[in-house]
Amino acid sequence: MSSLSKPSRRNFMKLAATASGGLFLGFSWTSSVASAMEVVSDTAIAAGKIEFNSFLALSPDGIVTILSPNPELGQNIKTSFPMVVAEELDADWTKVKVVQAPLDTKKFERQLTGGSGAVPHSWERLRKAGATARYMLVEAAAKRLKVPASSLTTENGMVVHQASGRKLSYGELATEASKIPVPTDVKLKDPKDFKLIGTAVRNVDNHEMITGKPLYGLDIYKEGMLFAMIQRPKAFGMKLKSVDAAAAKAMPGIVDVVTFKNNVAVVGKSTWQVNKARKALKIEYEKEATLESSADHDRIFKELLDSPDVTVRRKDGDVDAAFKKAAKVIKSEYQCPFLPHSPMEPMNFFAHVREDGVELAGPTQTPEMARGMVAKMLNIDPEKITLELTRLGGGFGRRLSADYVLEAAELSSIIKAPVKLIWTREDDTTGGTYRPAVRYRFEAALDEKGNMIGYKLRGVGMNAGNPTREDNFPSGAVDNLLIESVDHKSPITTGPWRAPITNFLAYAEQAFLDEVAHEAGKDPVQFRLELLDKAKKSPVGEIKYDIDRMKGVIDLAVEKSGWGKKKGVAQGFSVYFSHRSYVAQVGEVEVKNGAPVVTKMYAACDCGMVINLSGANQQVKGGIIDGMGHAMYSKLSFKDGAPDQSNFNNYRLIRLKEVPEVDVHFVNNGIDPTGLGEPALPPTGGAVANAIFKATGKRLRNQPFIEQAELKTV
Amino acid sequence: MATYKLQINGRTYEADVEADTPLLWVLRDNLGLVGTKYGCGIAQCGACTVHVNGDAVRSCVYPVSAVGTSKVTTIEGLSEMGDHPVQLAWDEVDVAQCGYCQAGQIMAATALLNKNPNPTAEEIDNTMNGNICRCGTYHRIREAVALAAKKTK
Repeated sequence: MSSLSKPSRRNFMKLAATASGGLFLGFSWTSSVASAMEVVSDTAIAAGKIEFNSFLALSPDGIVTILSPNPELGQNIKTSFPMVVAEELDADWTKVKVVQAPLDTKKFERQLTGGSGAVPHSWERLRKAGATARYMLVEAAAKRLKVPASSLTTENGMVVHQASGRKLSYGELATEASKIPVPTDVKLKDPKDFKLIGTAVRNVDNHEMITGKPLYGLDIYKEGMLFAMIQRPKAFGMKLKSVDAAAAKAMPGIVDVVTFKNNVAVVGKSTWQVNKARKALKIEYEKEATLESSADHDRIFKELLDSPDVTVRRKDGDVDAAFKKAAKVIKSEYQCPFLPHSPMEPMNFFAHVREDGVELAGPTQTPEMARGMVAKMLNIDPEKITLELTRLGGGFGRRLSADYVLEAAELSSIIKAPVKLIWTREDDTTGGTYRPAVRYRFEAALDEKGNMIGYKLRGVGMNAGNPTREDNFPSGAVDNLLIESVDHKSPITTGPWRAPITNFLAYAEQAFLDEVAHEAGKDPVQFRLELLDKAKKSPVGEIKYDIDRMKGVIDLAVEKSGWGKKKGVAQGFSVYFSHRSYVAQVGEVEVKNGAPVVTKMYAACDCGMVINLSGANQQVKGGIIDGMGHAMYSKLSFKDGAPDQSNFNNYRLIRLKEVPEVDVHFVNNGIDPTGLGEPALPPTGGAVANAIFKATGKRLRNQPFIEQAELKTV
Repeated sequence: MATYKLQINGRTYEADVEADTPLLWVLRDNLGLVGTKYGCGIAQCGACTVHVNGDAVRSCVYPVSAVGTSKVTTIEGLSEMGDHPVQLAWDEVDVAQCGYCQAGQIMAATALLNKNPNPTAEEIDNTMNGNICRCGTYHRIREAVALAAKKTK
């Protein structure tokens, strides 16, 4: 059995060190100033003494190697980061090699994937890394050709002297360039001169993915490694009472059965043997907290929506007075269920706890946090823990939690052996850390002219913290506004789920605003534009979204979708600002055989400058499919603390045939990139629900739509 | 435990496993062929799709004892250099996001095209509907299968 075939950092450094006379630039992800960069000598790299956060290496054969520090889970960071470096370097893209970096807090900052924040965080740092190297190569060429640097240009991995037609490749200049003093400040390109950024570039891992190379955590097979699965309590609120593991231990290939916390771990020599033996465990559990059912949640939601014990999140003006004098009041409630994340690669991690240190490897969105938690649990110095990052078979927020990393480490420390902990799909679906179930009550007060003079939102969540985003639109556009929340502490565990909170809030809010616009007798787009105009002219309280950017995506969506101009097509509109970016969507619905079918979605996105058009396009399409699929089909319900669904036979994910055509457009406003991993998802449910209303006259206020009576009776 | 001789990707492999072990886990745990993925274990998601005598099967529920002398093809055996028309189409269309399900998608598409080199859009949809992609690369999967069909003509 072999280990992952990806080069480890040590191998990469060795490789780098043996490439004679190359240029090594350490560029700091911590600091955005070029002065933080230094030329690193080969020996210094080999000795590991240089205090840098990442490396851009240029070898004499012209190969540019870039370490990519952030976990890659399909957001395509491993392609877009190097594109930025290569752009400023004027590198030959076919000669760029990308290597996934392991966790290294000395060299990297924000080595995590979440919050759509990687590109905004690193944009300038990456550009300066490329521009600095380019500067040094040009200086080296100027020396060699005995011409002023200003007479030289760069293109496609070459320095060019236009006057004489002479060209020098980056590879042949690498050694000399490494002796040029590192500039403290470099000029970055004018974005209008970008050649690579904004084009469609294929994923750097395509070949490995389409040929089945080991890339993921589950693909880790190390020398002497054991396999393990854990039986966890089947219901939230239960704890372990007793274990009879005799039958399981007697099964072929089983090495041990050990118990820690509420976990019964079966350890053996293969995945299948462990899986079979786990079923032979005889375990008794006892109640330690309330065993909640979905019916309890429905009741709790209703009680808490009327609770006097609320947290006020935002208060503008006098809502009571506004609702008292209103010509019309609209009130609606929206509810969503818990959801598991369902990444295609279930949770897993490799751990080897030895006397002298700990080796960890696997898929995590937060390697630094995971390592810190393992260090704390085992009471050892984090410096003694290495963490190798694999590619992630999806994350969707699930791998922001480190529970499965801790399980693997604790198990390895008990059995004193290297072990790969594997969650089955059933473990993944029933194991917790869900998108919380939430219920909202919206109220709007309209005056005689249909102006929204009052707005109230109360959100109640199950371990959701604050289920509102109190400063989001329409806050700032309504004179009298009250936003409150109540949290219910449930034994059912929750965690961030792609576009936390907004993944449902945006749908509920955008569907409610559609209701209000309808009651006000206004076009849904016009209604929102009027509110934005008001927010611009006479803002109420603090406004934390960019009104012009929001209007920009609205205008683009209207133009591209032919809003209001199509005959025989029911359209629904929504627009949302989340995770720094703005997305407007139009859904189109046709009724076929008595059922509404979503036939097309339009998306207008403002995520600032697009780096990789291929990745960005797919990120938006994937976000829309994710948003639509979960709104339409997915639900995790509970009976006495135990999930009713466990695998894809009873927990429904959207499939290929259910996907509408999706038309993606980007606003080109030249703003620095603001992130795209999440923002396309939140508006989707609203655009779909509003289009279904237009087509059928039925309002969908609960997810999943497929289960709603309103949809069934069309 | 019994020893099984398996014809995989044109080679003969031996595995000493229990009769009910799914082919998926023999490939992964015993033979080091990890390109075939575990997704659900109940033949619902298609991540584990391989070919047995040319037919697309879900290896997570296919016991090793049922393989016999059948010829098994996994993603690793689709081509020497990763240049099977379906693989080339997958690269050209830039299908993958996280990539985890794509080996299964490619194997499902290849089995379809082997039997039906000119599938209609509906036939492509019917086949590929069996494979889940959580990232939502469905549009590109459709496009890549159609492109691969064109390439094989």
